[in-house]
Amino acid sequence: MFSGFMLNAWESGTLVAIVAGIVGFFVVLRGSAFPAHAIPNGAFAGAAGANLIGINPLLGLGLFSLLAALGIGSWGRRGRPDVVTALALVLMLALGAAFLSQSSAYEPEIYALLFGEILGVSSSQLVPLMALGVICAIAIAVLYRPLLVTSLIPDVAAAHGMSTTTIDTAFLIIVAMATTMTVPVVGALLIFTLMMGPPAAARSLSSRPSLALGLSVVIAVGVMWASIASAFQWNWPVGFFVGTYSAIAYAIARLISLRPRTRTRTLYRAHTH
Amino acid sequence: MTTTPTSRSLVPVLEVDDVSVTFGGRAVLDHVSFEIAPGEFTGLIGSNGVGKTTLLRVILGLQKTTSGTIRVLGQPLRHRSRSLGYVPQKVILDPDVPLRARDLVALGVDAHRFGLRRRSREDKDRVEEMLDAVDALGFADARVGSLSGGEQQRVLIAHALISRPSLLLLDEPLANLDPKSVQEIVALLHRVSVQHDVAVLLSAHEMNALLPVMDRIVYVTNGKAASGTTEEVVRTDVLSELYGHHVDVLQLHGRVLVVAEPSADTDHLPSHATLHLD
Repeated sequence: MFSGFMLNAWESGTLVAIVAGIVGFFVVLRGSAFPAHAIPNGAFAGAAGANLIGINPLLGLGLFSLLAALGIGSWGRRGRPDVVTALALVLMLALGAAFLSQSSAYEPEIYALLFGEILGVSSSQLVPLMALGVICAIAIAVLYRPLLVTSLIPDVAAAHGMSTTTIDTAFLIIVAMATTMTVPVVGALLIFTLMMGPPAAARSLSSRPSLALGLSVVIAVGVMWASIASAFQWNWPVGFFVGTYSAIAYAIARLISLRPRTRTRTLYRAHTH
Repeated sequence: MTTTPTSRSLVPVLEVDDVSVTFGGRAVLDHVSFEIAPGEFTGLIGSNGVGKTTLLRVILGLQKTTSGTIRVLGQPLRHRSRSLGYVPQKVILDPDVPLRARDLVALGVDAHRFGLRRRSREDKDRVEEMLDAVDALGFADARVGSLSGGEQQRVLIAHALISRPSLLLLDEPLANLDPKSVQEIVALLHRVSVQHDVAVLLSAHEMNALLPVMDRIVYVTNGKAASGTTEEVVRTDVLSELYGHHVDVLQLHGRVLVVAEPSADTDHLPSHATLHLD
């Protein structure tokens, strides 16, 4: 379970989980779930297109994620963001369908793009994964407080001269980079769950932003390790386990958080009045 | 730039000079001018939809003007200034946002800075001091999203005050608050204004709760603004003309009573309002 090709799976899975935990924390905070769903689907079309013209799928993934992020960012500001995101999503799925119909890709390759093929990650993929992950983490660290404040009190941030649109676009580009590195591992349809479940679980468990961010990473890595072990054990797609375990982690966190939080709140009330 | 105490006492903290804003051919603000002196407590009064929020957004540099200039501490408002603190009307936060009241206040110190940094002992003391100044120590560790409207208001005031602004702008801070919270917030704003030497400009559609603490009134109606000290404006003739409706200002046992005849277009002014003169 920990040798040969499995070692690549553990390493790439851990990298992907760390990045999803960090970036996903802000996806949930900013209410960007829909773009975070649309961008990986666009990325899927890019990989299919790259396959068609015979270049590295990672290049197609990266290019299409970036285009989707910039398109959603700039057009969404001028119209209704949800409509723009939805249209970007269907447009790219349509392109993906067209590319696939023209290409000679084997069905398993397409299946891997959609649902992930962590057991098929090769050593040569690890270096670009690592590089993208480090860039994402550094970008989030640099933008940490501006991201917080523009998510929570955008008017106040703007009044102090912060460009909320620039921060917004920068964040979507970070989501695009995170997508590019994670799609080959967990698949376009299921990376979304890893960016939502663990961060949403974490914020139920801690009221401190830095602690919630840390917990988000810990839960994402835990979900990923459990998923790889399960995929190895039962030979089902790793994406299935990532999706299921993310949802379970969220449900457990909500259950844990419900009672203590109500009690704390009542105490504050009793104390102040 | 730094200002010496002497120059600060002479230069108005805010100068709004002949400001006009037009949306699609309609003048929302029509040649509006007024000044606010350092430490002055000013009410921006007018009914809903007369351009109060637009005027605040112009002062903050968030809304372009058709003509006119804004100066903050004598400086043109070219770069949005940290001399201004801003408390928006409504902040919508999920109850499970992982952010305590004290975290939001601390963001007032360093939200604009890039990169990670550990907050110093001095920063933490200052956060504590601000929480104390707005009576928020009792819920400092509660999630901001779980706080009541009045409690969130206090936390946002502390967030705005911590960067030591010369002028605090508040957009309808008293709307959606129960009468007791209104009194508490007004008293609190008056107290921080004096203790922290900060001028206050707050918009409201009702002046009564503000009468005891207000130095100056800027009254906005149909895009035009009239400004004066509270004594100059709270008079039967002036108020009647501003409201376009007969209003009596009465003195009764050392209190000032503003009484308007009930009618459909004066529902922003209660029929009875009281003011203590000290």
